[in-house]
Amino acid sequence: MQDHIADRRLAKPNIKKPSFKERLKKDFDHNKIKYLMALPIIIFFLVFHYRPMYGLLMVFQNFSPRLGIDGSPWVGLYHFQRFFNDPNAFRIIRNTFNISIWSLVFGFPAPIILALLINEIKNKTFRRVVQTVSYMPYFVSIVVVCSLIAFFTQSNGLIPSIMETFGFQRDNLLANPKYFVPIYVISGIWQTMGWDSIIYLAALSGIDQEQYEAARIDGANKLQQIRRITLPGLKPTIVILFILRMGSLLSVGFEKILLLYSASTYSVADVISTYVYRMGLLNADYSYAAAIGLLNTLVNLVLLLVTNHISKKVAGQGLF
Amino acid sequence: MQLSFNKKKSSAIRDSKGDRIFSYFNAVIMTLISLACLYPIWYVLMASFSSTAAINANLGKLLWPQDFSLGAYQMTLKHPLILSGFRNIFLILVFSLPLQMTMTVLCGYFMAAKNVMFKNAIVSFFMFTMFFSGGLIPMYINQRDLGLYNNLWALIIPGALSLFNAIICKSSIDVIPDSLTESAHMDGAGDFRILTQIIVPVIKPTLAVLLLYYGVGLWNNWFNAAIFIQDNDLLPIQNILRGVLLANNQSLNQGTQSADVVNQFAETIKYAAISISTIPILCIYPFLQKYFVKGIMIGSVKG
Repeated sequence: MQDHIADRRLAKPNIKKPSFKERLKKDFDHNKIKYLMALPIIIFFLVFHYRPMYGLLMVFQNFSPRLGIDGSPWVGLYHFQRFFNDPNAFRIIRNTFNISIWSLVFGFPAPIILALLINEIKNKTFRRVVQTVSYMPYFVSIVVVCSLIAFFTQSNGLIPSIMETFGFQRDNLLANPKYFVPIYVISGIWQTMGWDSIIYLAALSGIDQEQYEAARIDGANKLQQIRRITLPGLKPTIVILFILRMGSLLSVGFEKILLLYSASTYSVADVISTYVYRMGLLNADYSYAAAIGLLNTLVNLVLLLVTNHISKKVAGQGLF
Repeated sequence: MQLSFNKKKSSAIRDSKGDRIFSYFNAVIMTLISLACLYPIWYVLMASFSSTAAINANLGKLLWPQDFSLGAYQMTLKHPLILSGFRNIFLILVFSLPLQMTMTVLCGYFMAAKNVMFKNAIVSFFMFTMFFSGGLIPMYINQRDLGLYNNLWALIIPGALSLFNAIICKSSIDVIPDSLTESAHMDGAGDFRILTQIIVPVIKPTLAVLLLYYGVGLWNNWFNAAIFIQDNDLLPIQNILRGVLLANNQSLNQGTQSADVVNQFAETIKYAAISISTIPILCIYPFLQKYFVKGIMIGSVKG
C-alpha cells in the first residue's frame, strides 16, 4: 500500500514542468552574460554577412548605388537571361572548371604524398628542417608569389632556360596561353603543399605503430604497408578535405588570377570570379555581376551537398 | 651492452635492401623539395643586394650577391609610399589584432558553452554564413553604404572575425575539463572571470596560432585595399609592393633620386621591397610551428 502511494508520487511529481516563460527567465538569469558576449558577434554577422544577403535582391533589379535596394527598378530574371546569352559565359565556365579540375587532380594528392614521404624520414633533425622549409611558401603573400612567378618565367628567366635545354622554345611563359594553367597549378602546389601536409602528418602520427611492426614481421614491404595501413588510416582526413575541396570547386580565387593574367591570356585565364570582378567593380554593372556570383555560390553549395551525400553512401562518412 | 647491441642489429635486419634504397631516394626527393621551397626566396634576398645589371644578366639565377650593395634598401626605405605602406599596415595590425582576438575568443566561448537555451539557434545563424554568402558585389555595396570606404577602418572592421578561427578556438575550449570551470563557478566567478582567468591562459597555444593566422592574413591581403582604398597614402604595404613590382623603372623612382642612382637600382629595388615585406613573417612562423598541428587538427577534424 505504502509502496503504491510512493509509486504514484513518482509518476506524478508535485513539481510542475516549468512553462516556456519560466524556462526563458531561468535561462536568461543564468546565461545573460553569455548572451551579452554573443551580442557583438551577432551584430557582426548581421551587418557584414546577412546585410549583403539582403543586398542580393539586387540581382532582380537594375541596381544603382544612388537609389539603393529600396529604390532601384525591378527587372525580374533579366540578368540571369543575360548571362545565359552572354558570349563570354561559356568561356568563363569552361576556364573555371579547367583550372579547378587540374588544381584538384595535381594539387589534392600532392600534400598527401609529401606527408607520406616526410613521415618516412628517420632522422628527426632533417625531418624538422624539411617540414619548416616546406611551410615557408605559405607565408609568402600572393602579390610576392605572383611576382616571383613573373621573375622566373620571363623569357630570359630560370625556368625557360631550363626548358630550353630540354628542347622547348624559349618564351615568356606567362604571356603564352598554353602555359597559364600549368603555371597556376604548379605555383599553387608550391605554395600550399607543405602547409596542407600538416594535417595529414598529424593524422599519420595517430596511426598505431604496432600495425607497422606486425606488417614488417609478416614481410610486407613499404608499398604494401602504405596501401594496407597508412592510406586506410588517412581515409577519414582525406574524405573530409575532399568534400570541402569539392564545395569550392567553382570558386577559383580571383586574387592570383587577377595578378597573373593579361589580355594575351584571357582566353584561358578569365574565370567566373574575375569576370564578376570586372563586370561589377570595373564596369559598375552591379546587378549582372551579383547575379553571376549568386549562380556561382549556388552551384558550389549543390556540389558540396552532392559530394557529402555520395561520400556518406560510398565511404560511410560525411561532413554533416 | 649486449641488449643495446641486439636492438640495433634487429632493426638492421628488418630494413630490407629495398627499404634502404627507398630511404636514400626519399632523402634526395625531400632535399630537392626543400630547395625548391627555399630557393626563390633566397634568390630574392640575394638579388636585393646585387646591381640591376647583375640581376638582368642572371635573371632567376643568383646564388650570391653580385656587385654587393645596400643601395636598394636605402632607396626603398626613403620611398614615401613604402614608408606610408608600412605605417598603414602597422596601424591595421594594431587595431585589428586585439579586435579579432576578442571577437574570436567571445565567439569560441559562446559556441562551447553548455546549457544555453538559444545556443544552437545562434550558432546555426553563424554557421549558415559558411555555406552561403552574398558574394563580392553585395559585400562591396554593403561596405560602401556603411561608409567603410577609402579609410583604414574599411580594412579593419569587416575582417573582425573569421568563423573558421572561432571554431578552432571553440574546439580547444571544448577539451578543457568541465571540472576546471565548474569549480571556479562554484567559487562565484562569473563568465568574464572564467573566460579571462581560466580559459584564455589554458588555450594560449591555440591563441598564438590564431594570432599568427590573423596577422599573416592582414599582412598579406591586398585585394580589400585594392577595391576599398583610393588614396595612395592609405594603401598598405602589399598594394604598394604590387605597384612597385608592376611599375616600369622610370615612373617608380620619379623625383626621389638622381637618374643614375635610379638606373643602378631600378630592378634591385623590387627585390629589396619584397625582402623587407616578406622576411619578417618568415622569421616569426618557425617559432610557432609546434602549435600549427594542434590548431589545424582541431579546426578541421572537429569543426
